[in-house]
Amino acid sequence: MPLVTKDGFQHLPEAAYITVDQLTETDEPWLAVEVAGDVDVSAIAPHFEKISLIAVQFPSFADGRGFSIARHLKRLGFDGELRARGHIIADQYAHALACGFDGVEINDEVAERQPFDQWQDAANKVLPPYRQKMAG
Amino acid sequence: MYRYDEFDAAYVKDRVNTFRGQVNRRIDGSLTEDEFKPLRLMNGLYLQLHAYMLRVAIPYGTLSSRQMRALAMIASKWDKGYGHLTTRQNIQYNWPALKDVPDILDALADVEMHAIQTSGNCIRNVTADHFAGAAADEIEDPRPTAEIIRQWSTEHPEFLYLPRKFKIAVTGSPNDRAVTKAHDIGLRMVRNDTGEAGYEVIVGGGLGRSPFVGKVVRDFLPKSDLLPYLEAILRVYNLHGRRDNKYKARIKILVHETGIEDLRAMVEREFEQLDGPSVALAEEEVARIEAYFAPPVFAKLPQHSSALEQAKKADAEFAAWVETNTDAHKQSGYTIVTVSAKAIGEAPGDLTTAQMDVLADIAEQYGHDELRISHEQNVILPHVRLDDLRIVHAALADAGLATANANLISDIIACPGLDYCALATARSIPVAQDIQQRFADPVRAKAIGEFKIKISGCINACGHHHVGHVGILGLEKAGIENYQITLGGDHTETTAIGDRAGPGFAFEQVGPAIERLVDAYISLRANDNERFLDTYRRLGLEPFKTALYDNERTAA
Repeated sequence: MPLVTKDGFQHLPEAAYITVDQLTETDEPWLAVEVAGDVDVSAIAPHFEKISLIAVQFPSFADGRGFSIARHLKRLGFDGELRARGHIIADQYAHALACGFDGVEINDEVAERQPFDQWQDAANKVLPPYRQKMAG
Repeated sequence: MYRYDEFDAAYVKDRVNTFRGQVNRRIDGSLTEDEFKPLRLMNGLYLQLHAYMLRVAIPYGTLSSRQMRALAMIASKWDKGYGHLTTRQNIQYNWPALKDVPDILDALADVEMHAIQTSGNCIRNVTADHFAGAAADEIEDPRPTAEIIRQWSTEHPEFLYLPRKFKIAVTGSPNDRAVTKAHDIGLRMVRNDTGEAGYEVIVGGGLGRSPFVGKVVRDFLPKSDLLPYLEAILRVYNLHGRRDNKYKARIKILVHETGIEDLRAMVEREFEQLDGPSVALAEEEVARIEAYFAPPVFAKLPQHSSALEQAKKADAEFAAWVETNTDAHKQSGYTIVTVSAKAIGEAPGDLTTAQMDVLADIAEQYGHDELRISHEQNVILPHVRLDDLRIVHAALADAGLATANANLISDIIACPGLDYCALATARSIPVAQDIQQRFADPVRAKAIGEFKIKISGCINACGHHHVGHVGILGLEKAGIENYQITLGGDHTETTAIGDRAGPGFAFEQVGPAIERLVDAYISLRANDNERFLDTYRRLGLEPFKTALYDNERTAA
């Protein structure tokens, strides 16, 4: 799955994601964890130190739980890399970034239909007034 | 009223360009139909039975004459010369061509309007009391609150892909004219023991397939906590609302299945953990927004208008209209005018281009340039001098807008129904027209008194039938329209869901059944001032059920 970053699509080797349940079984550092939409992420917080990457699943672009999960993880103090992973479309890119995701890992099929310039356009959109004021 | 600053203006223009781009990306295949659909809906564009429908947002129902003229222009240039007022204070155009939609959105943006979030599984256009800023019974004008929510909820990055749509209504008065208890969130302005104004927060109301009266989640919320508290509710809903079944996805089902106590605990826990100040609007910004809603400069006038009294004596028809279609204003010498968009035999809530232009002219000359759209599909002139009522009435009458039926039996709410809507299972408008014709005699209508009929053409209840004194729900059984009648519903602060009377009626049987119901009410009421709803509450379903089905038995 290509990773959308500010500079373009990056084709990285697939991270060795573990599940939230597997977190308690290991003390290894630099873990990559994949989180589903129905997980209570406060249970992950005690393990933050050994996690370097959390990928939040988007089973469908219409399932917006991941946006709230990202906000929650940030509030709990997670400062590693946060990715949205799955079916996300370019039109959601700015929203994903605004909710705290560092990048999105998208399906190959979506990457083919929506080349990088569409993601760039989405990231450069004008923000609604309230958020501009909050940002300033 | 609120005026866009450079940020609002830039955003709305940019949004039109974004949508233009999305249409093109649908055409070139970048977006699949499934992906395009929610984007289209979040820009107010529906695919209906015969054409696209564009739903334009009228935030908290407030319009200037300039905006009303733009709506008129759009109706004449890109539609068939009319628009339809909705129960969420919006206006719908039923016949725009897809290719024209970006141009229509541009024309709207020119007058600080848009169609953003009038559909889709996001926070919809915020509604408010249509008498806001004018009503004599008001604690505070609810529109600054509604405007703050509008800004906060517009493209809120976290809440655009909720389990289902999300509707918020605000009232500033103890007399609830905004149906707050039938919304996902209802906010009622209240005062606490120290006299401070805040909100009672109601959650989980809704009509549709499973009607629920909203429950109080917080009895007093300080105004400064508004956005953090809303954010807490929305986050709980976004994470926990059901996504496995669209018919169980509204927050009312989450409230019902979780229980209000547990849900309150979840919301309060989320609220405590939030960094409130980072979400709340700065005090200066609140003050800036409030300043836009400062009342107009009213003239100092006596309570009594001799010009009005003389005119009433001279013209009984005018006097009757004044009695039904005006309400108490907070300012001496002024009144609130309800302009009925329910002329007998016309589609409820439809306005022609010419009528919109006339309303704009009247508002400009006699109404401090303000208009409101009510959820009851009428137009409100919130600030009219008593001295000017005669001339305002004459101008309305020339445009076919002086029907003296506000709150009476022919002031019917009806959704577009099977004449337009892709979801409808039966027609609504012809049912309303038939009932209006039967009660066209103003003397008879007046004698019947306040009588709220609300008609929906399908189970989704856009016509609010559950909370009508008499609700009519059009269904379809084996290809034939069938109308279920509910009685005793109430849309005010004493919200109640109507009781189902019994088996449904065929299309042509509805009118006669309503006639029998009304006759029974007249003979049963304790006195001329006892409303149908009060008689119903006193006597219960039985006598009215008998009346409704009386003819069925003799016919069978």
